[in-house]
Amino acid sequence: MSALSERPENPSVGVAIPHESASAHVSGLAKYTDDLAGRAQGTLHAYPVQVPHAHARITALRTEPALAVPGVVRVLTAADVPGVNDSGIHHDEPLFPDEVMFYGHAVCWVLGESLEAARLGAAAVEVDVEPLPALITVPEAIAAGSFQGGRPVMTRGDVDAGFAASAHVFEGEFEFAGQEHFYLETHAALAQVDENDQIFVQSSTQHPTETQEIVAHVLGLRSHEVTVQCLRMGGGFGGKEMQPHGFAAIAALGAVLTGRPVRVRLSRLQDMTMSGKRHGFHSRWRVGFDAEGRLQALDATLTADGGWSLDLSAPVLSRALCHIDNAYYLPHVRVQGFIARTNKTSSTAFRGFGGPQGMLVIEDILGRCAPLLGIDPITLQRRNFYADGQTTPYGQPVNQMTRLTTAWDQVISNGDISARQREIAAFNATHPHTKRALAMTPVKFGISFNLTAFNQAGALVHIYKDGSVLINHGGTEMGQGLHTKMLQVAATALGVPLSTVRLAPTRTDKVPNTSATAASVGSDINGGAVKNACDQLRQRLHEVAATRLGAHAHDVRIVDGVARALGSNQTLEWNELVKAAYWQRVQLSAAGFYRTEGLHWNAETFQGTPFKYFGHGVAAAEVEVDGFTGAYRTRRVDIVHDVGDSLSPLVDIGQIEGGFVQGAGWLTLEDLRWDAKTGRLLTQTPSTYKLPSFSEMPEVFNVSLLADVPEDGVVYGSKASGEVPLMLAFCVREALRQAAAAFGPVGTSVELASPATPEAVYWALDTARNRSDVAAYG
Amino acid sequence: MTIPQVNVNGRWLALSDIPVHTTLLDFVRDSGLTGSKEGCAEGECGACAVLVAQPGITTPTEWVAVNACLLPAASVDGQEVITAEGLGRADALHPVQEAMAVRGGSQCGYCTPGFVCGMAAEYYRADRDCTHAGQDHGPNGFDLHALSGNLCRCTGYRPIRDAAYSLGTPPAEDPLATRRDEPAAAPVATEVTRDGRTYLRPRTLPDALRVLAEQPETAPVAGCTDWGVGVNIHGRRADRVLAIDRLAELRELEVHADAIEIGAALSLTEIERKLDGSVPLLAELFPQFASRLIRNRATLGGNLGNGSPIGDASAALLALGAEVLLMDSAGRRTVPLADYFTGYRESVLRPGELITSIRIPLPLAPVTAFHKIAKRRFDDISSVAIGFALDITGGVVRRAHIGLGGVAATPLRAYATEAALLDRPWTADTVAAAQQVLRAEGTPMDDHRASARYRAAMLGQSLAKLHAETTEGAVG
Ligand SMILES: Cc1cc2nc3c(=O)[nH]c(=O)nc-3n(C[C@H](O)[C@H](O)[C@H](O)COP(=O)(O)OP(=O)(O)OC[C@H]3O[C@@H](n4cnc5c(N)ncnc54)[C@H](O)[C@@H]3O)c2cc1C
Ligand code: FES
Ligand code: FES
Repeated sequence: MSALSERPENPSVGVAIPHESASAHVSGLAKYTDDLAGRAQGTLHAYPVQVPHAHARITALRTEPALAVPGVVRVLTAADVPGVNDSGIHHDEPLFPDEVMFYGHAVCWVLGESLEAARLGAAAVEVDVEPLPALITVPEAIAAGSFQGGRPVMTRGDVDAGFAASAHVFEGEFEFAGQEHFYLETHAALAQVDENDQIFVQSSTQHPTETQEIVAHVLGLRSHEVTVQCLRMGGGFGGKEMQPHGFAAIAALGAVLTGRPVRVRLSRLQDMTMSGKRHGFHSRWRVGFDAEGRLQALDATLTADGGWSLDLSAPVLSRALCHIDNAYYLPHVRVQGFIARTNKTSSTAFRGFGGPQGMLVIEDILGRCAPLLGIDPITLQRRNFYADGQTTPYGQPVNQMTRLTTAWDQVISNGDISARQREIAAFNATHPHTKRALAMTPVKFGISFNLTAFNQAGALVHIYKDGSVLINHGGTEMGQGLHTKMLQVAATALGVPLSTVRLAPTRTDKVPNTSATAASVGSDINGGAVKNACDQLRQRLHEVAATRLGAHAHDVRIVDGVARALGSNQTLEWNELVKAAYWQRVQLSAAGFYRTEGLHWNAETFQGTPFKYFGHGVAAAEVEVDGFTGAYRTRRVDIVHDVGDSLSPLVDIGQIEGGFVQGAGWLTLEDLRWDAKTGRLLTQTPSTYKLPSFSEMPEVFNVSLLADVPEDGVVYGSKASGEVPLMLAFCVREALRQAAAAFGPVGTSVELASPATPEAVYWALDTARNRSDVAAYG
Repeated sequence: MTIPQVNVNGRWLALSDIPVHTTLLDFVRDSGLTGSKEGCAEGECGACAVLVAQPGITTPTEWVAVNACLLPAASVDGQEVITAEGLGRADALHPVQEAMAVRGGSQCGYCTPGFVCGMAAEYYRADRDCTHAGQDHGPNGFDLHALSGNLCRCTGYRPIRDAAYSLGTPPAEDPLATRRDEPAAAPVATEVTRDGRTYLRPRTLPDALRVLAEQPETAPVAGCTDWGVGVNIHGRRADRVLAIDRLAELRELEVHADAIEIGAALSLTEIERKLDGSVPLLAELFPQFASRLIRNRATLGGNLGNGSPIGDASAALLALGAEVLLMDSAGRRTVPLADYFTGYRESVLRPGELITSIRIPLPLAPVTAFHKIAKRRFDDISSVAIGFALDITGGVVRRAHIGLGGVAATPLRAYATEAALLDRPWTADTVAAAQQVLRAEGTPMDDHRASARYRAAMLGQSLAKLHAETTEGAVG
């Protein structure tokens, strides 16, 4: 074990504790960005002017009528921008556009004394446009050749030879939907010019540094003139990685121009119609199997729906390509990726970041092909698992397959899979109108930012004279429990009780140049940095303690806030030790840093080792489908997950359960519908966009963590848990497919739309049913 | 009239100086209590849930959880409201808060104050007991439907369910528990005027009808579950809002020999509990109607008053052969529900007229069912709703009433299908023939909820399902 992974005696990490803010959450005292608006004096409210055209050139923008509305203070337009009129990093997202690129694009913002005044002002702004042709769907964009960004190709071996050697070759097409993040807290920012003429922006952002950079470039300032703070987010899921910048910039611009605090808080409708979502994809594939069902060749084209601007589409697409293998060895592969440019909101990061989309393609292929091959899906999946020593199509060695196979076997035994499959067969034989099915999913997911440079982090740790400890790090808290884990890491590294350590909100003036809290690496990289800072302090304190205890510094141990030398009973309390260090003029503050070692990636050849390691998990889901309506329930889910040696088991289990249900929502329920003519989002509020509620929670939900699997080279032997479990939900979709197929004759291959809404399941089972004569009713 | 004010967490706050359309959510947040959150402002997420002390059914007062985002702040004049901040403190958590905190019931925490309030309402429900354990109920009798209007995007719900199912009963000295034994605040007359707009709560029905007669453009509101969505999402404003939800005359439920008469301003929760399963079709409807938070406010008057073609109550009430009782300052009249709707969101309701009650004739048909087709099982709007009330005697259909929602510009009776069933044997052949007829009733549309094809198919399937249910015992 490396020093980074090793755990000391009696560590705080590994203890199942509630979220560090749990008491504040439940008592309503935890503050979020918009909760601060009422504390500032004279806050102005910002309201966007959204234009109802999918694509149009603005020919006139008249703001005077808005200024006539009582309570309207100012209208922000492109003319007000002192710096660069851009809210993105590719210079393709003007903050105030002169061309409307999607239905609901905001072209200017009204500031009012009240939200009502700003709303009425926005309604009064007159926008003349010249409509332009728009592309709404991906097939339309493909037909028109409307693409953006690169066109990566991932190849290995010789696909043609692979197909030639295949006993079975199938081909198909599959288009599947994106997903709205629906963080419960919509985008919010509150900006003011502080007492030192600095711009201070409170922002609900996963990427404070980038928010800071965008605010600075919009204002024509340098980064050291802008500070961004993120207290906590009411959910992020990737939706606040790139998207918050423009809203923060609006607030900051307004604050600079009016000298008053400015609050931007999107209504749910505005959030859903203006902010980016998970990429929907279109795929076309050809697959070859040998006589035993072993994958021989895969030739696929994936087209991501990028929406109107590039945003994070390029790395999302890379990750999709890198995950089309999931856990399966593909000897001959050729996968080409495209990013369609359509007149819709700009697709962005969402938990899994393209990985789920890549995996969905292969899981869909296996689900469709298993009946055609006459092989039970669980057998087909298992037969195609990687063996240790094999490499992925992009050249990264796979060497932890025993973890995945162990998890697979545990799910089979804990979940009593064979017995339940027999029960299901018996149930189905006696129930003409209701069918059950059980499916399993393995997940192997690469952990690290695909872009190597992002794999770095910083932290700042202070020990005050009274012994209390304050930590800062570059990661943001969005509910994933990062701060809880970081407190545990700091307490462990310093050898103090958890109560000694406090964590301060994420701010760009405390820890600079941070990466987004994303790619599941929040605790890996920030934990590395926090530990690094604490290790420096601890070493210094060991020296101080050594002289007091009359021992060598190497022999000092600090456990639970008490320093001792090996083999000695003499003790030194933490507070005493800290005081002594101060009087000896030992520095009690340290900056920590971490960079993930061993990564390399060549985006040109699409080869390298982009990931530090793979996260693993296995799930099994049993569903029941009503043959009259296509309505369904998830009866039981069993999951075994590899989180290494968990830093915080309650947090990790929460991530697994929450990720699973969110994934199931994407695949079954959450239905983004766009009007194909106007480009208007039809499911633009939760009354029509349904996300999982209590009724979608699996009735029995067993989650366990794989035991005794510390990860070498990662902070305290842990592993990421943020994104991986989302993909486990494929088993719900595959179980629905199999239940639908059970309405037809044995061996029926079913095509299932995604999301698999009750209507989609109904048509799937209706098609299966019509292949046999078992239909009792017409 | 006294100064309008509301007691929030034990402190009286004046309601007199707020714009008339201010929601209770914005009001409490502006007062500094930012624990209650806005997640949608349309009653869908429950992040705004707070508790209101209301006249109870099993105890003089009950703590009722409501969507603060939909309620006008002025509507709680004289009442007591508890938010998450008022339940407990971070260093002295309420049992519900404690259970949520230690079991990992919060991740980002944004949904949490709303869940805590919804859970607290169920915690204090005096008739919650373990004899109700089972489907969607915990061993402590906790009804999971109490949380059907709360969304959480982080946890996947399991820890929240476990927290709910772990709750005991409130200790005797719990102040909110003892509060239940005292009467709730009586309705007060309210008038709040600002910027030329008025919120008015009259004392009596005649007062209300007089205002409506004199100012016909007045907007009557009951539970505000519909009205509030209009205000928040569609920018609806009215110069005069007239609250009728606490008028005693509209809040009676009477069982006569030949009919049950349900006051138009009773909440669906109140109706559900007062009927206590005695109208099986409605008992089947209620858990499928919106969420508990919404049902705690939504009224039948509002459901029929908004004239929505997808109102679930209409499909059920049409099947029950209900009549609507209407009243204005000039007098009263009774209209069969089947004749009530005249077009898309249009009805026979005249300006200045109110629905006072809904009358369900007795005896009830022995075979009834309510089928709601929607994407989500809890708290979704129907793409199709079908109410059945059949009398099948000696294997022959003697009476058939079928109400449909979601398949035309108005809810409607499936007269042709009823005719295809009447006096025929209740057999697969009859059903197959009637299915063809039912599938062609109405003019279903394609929209984001469902395709026209699916809607038509579901009409036919619903009859098949009913037949299977009645002839094969448990469906499966
Ligand atoms: C989240 C959510 C979920 C919902 N789910 C469902 C559902 O599953 N099924 C369903 O059918 N509906 C649903 N609805 C719609 C709504 O809850 C119902 O229509 C409800 O019954 C309206 O009652 P209310 O008292 O709140 O009406 P209000 O909002 O107070 O009023 C609605 C309209 O009716 C008029 N009105 C009210 N009372 C009377 C009266 N006595 N006489 C004449 N006119 C009157 C008002 O003037 C107003 O125009 C849902 C709404 C929300 C917000
Ligand atoms: S804010 Fe979502 S229900 Fe009130
Ligand atoms: S904890 Fe984040 S939405 Fe529930």
